[in-house]
Amino acid sequence: MWRYTLRRLIQGVITVWFIATATFMAMHAVPGDPLTSDKAVPAEIRANLEAKYGLDKPVFQQYLIYMGNLVRGDFGISFVQKNREVNDIIREHFPVSATLGILAIVFAGLGGVLWGALTALYRNRLPDVVIMFLVILGISVPSFVFAALGQLTLVNLNDLAGFSVLPVAGWGTVWHMLVPSLVLGLSTMAYLTRLMRSSMLEVVSSDFVRTARAKGLPPTRIFSKHQLRNAILPVITVLGPSIAAITTGGFVVELVFAIPGLGRYFVQAVQQLDYTVIMGTTVFYGAFLVLMVIIVDLLYGLIDPRMRLE
Amino acid sequence: MSDIANNQDDFTRSAGRQLAIFALSSIAGIALLMLGLSWASDLTSTGSGAGEAVDAATGTVTLVLNEEPPQLNSTKATDQVSMRVLGHVMEGLLRYDEDNRLVPGVAESWEIGPEEAVFHLREDARWSDGQPVTAHDFVFSWRTAVDPATASEYGFIMYAVKNAEAINRGELPVDALGVTAVDDRTLRVELERPIAYFDKLVAFVTYYPVREAFFEETGGRYGADADTLLYNGPFEITSWVHGASLRMEKNPHYWDQDRVHIQVLDHAYITQDPNAQLNLFKDGKIAYTTLTEENLNEALVQGWHLHRFMDGSVFFIEFNHREGRVTRNWHLRKAIQLALDPAELVYRVIKLPGYVPGESLFPIWLQGVESTLRQEYPAPTAQMDPEQARRHLAQAKQELGLAEIPPLVMLTGDNPISNKQSEYYQEQLKQVLGLDIRIDKQIFKQRLAKMTAGDFDLVLAGWGPDFDDPLTFGDLFASWNLNNRGRYDNPELDRWVRVAQSSTDPRARMDAFGEIQRIQFEDVVVLPNYERGIVYVEDPRIEGMVRRAVGPDPDFTNVRIVEGS
Amino acid sequence: MSDSRSMSYQPKPGVFQPLMTEQRAQMLTRSSLSYWEDAWRRLKSNRRALISLYIVIGLLAFTVLGPLVWTIDPAAQDLDQISTPPGADRSATLVEPYRPWDGSSALPMAPGLRLAEPATTQAVRLLWDPLEGASAYRVYRNIFPMDPGDALGLPLAETFTAAETRFEDRLDLQPRTYYYTVVALDDHGHQLPARDTLEVSVERVVTVREAVSRGLVKAEDNPQPGDAVELALHPLGTDYLGRDMLARLMYGARVSLFIGICAPLLFVLFGTVYGSTAGFMGGRVDQGLMRFADFVIALPFLLFMILFKIAFGIGPGESGILPMVVAMVLLLWPATARLVRGQILQVREEGYVNAARLLGARTNYLVLRHMIPNTLGVILVTLTFAVPNAIFIEAFLSFIGMGVAPPTPSWGSMCNEGIKTMLTYPHELIFPAVMISITVLAFNLLGDGLRDALDAKMRSTE
Repeated sequence: MWRYTLRRLIQGVITVWFIATATFMAMHAVPGDPLTSDKAVPAEIRANLEAKYGLDKPVFQQYLIYMGNLVRGDFGISFVQKNREVNDIIREHFPVSATLGILAIVFAGLGGVLWGALTALYRNRLPDVVIMFLVILGISVPSFVFAALGQLTLVNLNDLAGFSVLPVAGWGTVWHMLVPSLVLGLSTMAYLTRLMRSSMLEVVSSDFVRTARAKGLPPTRIFSKHQLRNAILPVITVLGPSIAAITTGGFVVELVFAIPGLGRYFVQAVQQLDYTVIMGTTVFYGAFLVLMVIIVDLLYGLIDPRMRLE
Repeated sequence: MSDIANNQDDFTRSAGRQLAIFALSSIAGIALLMLGLSWASDLTSTGSGAGEAVDAATGTVTLVLNEEPPQLNSTKATDQVSMRVLGHVMEGLLRYDEDNRLVPGVAESWEIGPEEAVFHLREDARWSDGQPVTAHDFVFSWRTAVDPATASEYGFIMYAVKNAEAINRGELPVDALGVTAVDDRTLRVELERPIAYFDKLVAFVTYYPVREAFFEETGGRYGADADTLLYNGPFEITSWVHGASLRMEKNPHYWDQDRVHIQVLDHAYITQDPNAQLNLFKDGKIAYTTLTEENLNEALVQGWHLHRFMDGSVFFIEFNHREGRVTRNWHLRKAIQLALDPAELVYRVIKLPGYVPGESLFPIWLQGVESTLRQEYPAPTAQMDPEQARRHLAQAKQELGLAEIPPLVMLTGDNPISNKQSEYYQEQLKQVLGLDIRIDKQIFKQRLAKMTAGDFDLVLAGWGPDFDDPLTFGDLFASWNLNNRGRYDNPELDRWVRVAQSSTDPRARMDAFGEIQRIQFEDVVVLPNYERGIVYVEDPRIEGMVRRAVGPDPDFTNVRIVEGS
Repeated sequence: MSDSRSMSYQPKPGVFQPLMTEQRAQMLTRSSLSYWEDAWRRLKSNRRALISLYIVIGLLAFTVLGPLVWTIDPAAQDLDQISTPPGADRSATLVEPYRPWDGSSALPMAPGLRLAEPATTQAVRLLWDPLEGASAYRVYRNIFPMDPGDALGLPLAETFTAAETRFEDRLDLQPRTYYYTVVALDDHGHQLPARDTLEVSVERVVTVREAVSRGLVKAEDNPQPGDAVELALHPLGTDYLGRDMLARLMYGARVSLFIGICAPLLFVLFGTVYGSTAGFMGGRVDQGLMRFADFVIALPFLLFMILFKIAFGIGPGESGILPMVVAMVLLLWPATARLVRGQILQVREEGYVNAARLLGARTNYLVLRHMIPNTLGVILVTLTFAVPNAIFIEAFLSFIGMGVAPPTPSWGSMCNEGIKTMLTYPHELIFPAVMISITVLAFNLLGDGLRDALDAKMRSTE
């Protein structure tokens, strides 16, 4: 187990190095550079700026310097927010994105299990039909439409109620988190509902449930101990990959709901060609995802013996 | 049979009950989780729980910022948002008042001569830590601004001061700058040349003071956070959560306390999204928002009181005049001029009141000698004329020796209005002249890089005023101006620019601007598209917000909360 | 009768006949179904999948054949009908071309605020009598009569002096009723109580020249100002530049479906080749190849998608479709490669492959006869699910402004435009959004159906 963990971690480090290199290369293929400014400045000043950010050195040397800093955990200084370190930017904005992502995952997971179980229970009856219709919507409507509609609904709700039921945008309190994370988790929830439903239906007709019934176990017990528990397993398996999708998918929600997360920051940095922020964010996200995958894999080993790797 | 069905129903019912329990405990769990997360995020940042748009009890007005200021070091500030914020928390020697007149700021009185200017600082001007603002603070900030090591984009605006340009180019040491503190309250400035508008210049952000001792203490982080900045304006920043909010409170050490009626100016949201801003305003969370054309109808339905304002900037098509470009040909430029109708662009495509079809490089608000420049020197205009346009095009082809004009590259920025505009022009030029226009939409920095490199035939560009004098527009196409990205080079225009720069006789200067305007039109240097307008709505409970084309805008310094409306 | 020696008996020719090949007895077995025939039969019995298949075919027809039927140019701008919803009134009157106004009045004088000429969509020309105490005026326009809240509507303009008592409105005039208000201003530009209001019904007009050039009337009919015409028909309305929505949806379908189908096709193909190479070679090669795939899969997808988009740099006049496809291919192939490799490894161990190998089958034969057919099902299913995913990615990138360049329409970029006008002109968002949803849904359901049909083991229980 320990050797396996260690091996995975070493692989993870190599992966992060790969991500950093790929980002660096992509970044330097971009035409134009972050120092171009609205007001034209004399050549001397430009040279000064280039020297300050080390852009005057050969690309390979820049690469070595960048990697050196990276090893020390230093992402450099932002080109746009001239006095801020990228580390600070990540430290301040990532928790926001992470909060949003965690909530969305929880919503998606719990909602998916609940709706999925419900639809399987009421198969082909009204609740099933209604929920599956919503699921189809959730899968086929683009997330930005949901986000915009979500905000619109909030405004009208507050208007109708005559007071502020929930804030329409911004960040800071519990109430700000609710709707954005719901919107963010929606498509994953729809996907998980489908998965849970088919998984439930499979379990219902399995031998051990039939045996349990034949033994005369009370229905409550059969449902919770046998059906639910076994049907959830495949849902948990796909939760891992969804974490990645949801954390980066936060862009749209952060843009629409004016949430100061790292995703929105990334989009802005790209518009401004802020090299260091773009690279820092990408490498950080990459490392984060790699770590998440490792953790999830290890957890699976604990949950499901069949998946345990030697 | 029925027994089995009953059995099944029993099962469903009990399972349903369990699911309900599961659902309830999920909700409880989520609630707990959210509380935990918000508690955890409170540890890392101070999330300001924003209140209502206007709170009379605490004297708070809540606002939205379009973008986060990149930083608030006044010697390096370049963008509109930074200038807006700095205008609330800083004060220069002079400032603009609520009627947009130039009035004393830190300087009580001043004399400006052809060779030098002397400013007498008021005794009660204070920094937010209670220490007096001295002449040395100005000497330090001005030197910092021209220091090539600072690499300020606005270094050029100090060039009126003696030796500034040479220092900025690294030819002279920083202390050669022609500014000295005679004593704590007297600032003497040597001028590079006689200048007619130096009083207007010193109201600009780059001329704001910075205290040297404090600047050094911050260790290079001056202006990066609320606590690495010292304020001498009506407000001070008490909290700045990056990307989320920026809160200003009344500065107790500000000398003109009577001018400030509110206690807190809370920029609780930072978002560019017009729909988000509209929704926040509709929800009573912010006291002011601008409106896009798409949202005007909604504003009418809501019965809001709308205002319009021209922000002073001019937008135009700039041609590439470099050697070897087809757009160097006058007939081609003339043909394009005659094929387009800025009025149709403004009235049919942009559709925002406040926008004015462009006729000249000089916007209509600029002051002339007695009335406005444009009233004294009416801009020559062309009527759209497809027939004549096509004749010019034929001539252009002949002169260029081309059977067909090759596809023209139209460089454009990445914003909604530029998108509409470029698509509209593309189709118009195709319809009228049969020209093939290739739109080159680029993000901000890449567009600038391409403009600087001359990688375009036509570019949709704009220019906003830095100071309140026609020269801020007039010297744009001087051959030496680095912002003349099309590299237009005309000795006659250059001569008039020099007159406008060095003369102090108002009439002679305005005549020069009149000539520049004429050359712009006759030689089709650029094609004016529009002067930008803004439609906005403010909360009816506030009054006294000031809009201005030059200087910090919008200005909430003098806002007061009106009771019972 | 013959004795033993008759062993050497040679039959006389013609005595015996060779046995005829046996006449086939009546067979009761059905014809044997190939894998694909069986899959097709199963797909046909799945109603949902079948409908989806028809929808997909319909979408392709809409894309390919649509422009042949609806021949309107998607780039043509009908500036008289900007952002018109479907089914709007299209009647208009012909007029002379616009001429600047000298301030004269063609209508009888009346006190207060009045029209100088009949109000048309070309211009509304207003005159008014000086108001008390005014140093200047501000003109408002509303679409509602003045309400108790005193909202006057859009502030159109201010005059510089009190002497100017006229105003020409040309801003986005629609054929409807407007309420104009003129308010007196004091020296500081503050509003005074003195004001005047006028209700104006605007008539839609179009100049003779425009009408002829757009083909609304024929030049030989000698159209005259005052004649009535019908403006061009736009069944699904128009967008923010008066372009036909239906034509743009068709054209946008080309872009969206091209990206949505081409990119998956390419990356699935590449992934298949890559994965099968790894699976087939095995050993170190397999290890190395799959490790690289792991690296690529670890790249944060959307971030890299955006990075690549700007790194490729869309040049002037380019649509940016190809860079997007290339970026998708570069980033999305590893999932397929993994899947195909797994499948190949599995098939390689199957009994029938071993049997074939023992019988001396060559590698080529093994690959062609066993490996590929047995992985094709999985690949096909992956492909079908990859299509909606790719369409979503395109839409998402277009939404954050990193998608195809204007004026190329794609459903995503149309949504992006439409979302801005969501409140006022919902049709600009609804149509492209519905197209995306239908496409995504159809491909998803088709994918489900294919999975069920191709692989009994993968059958989902629905």
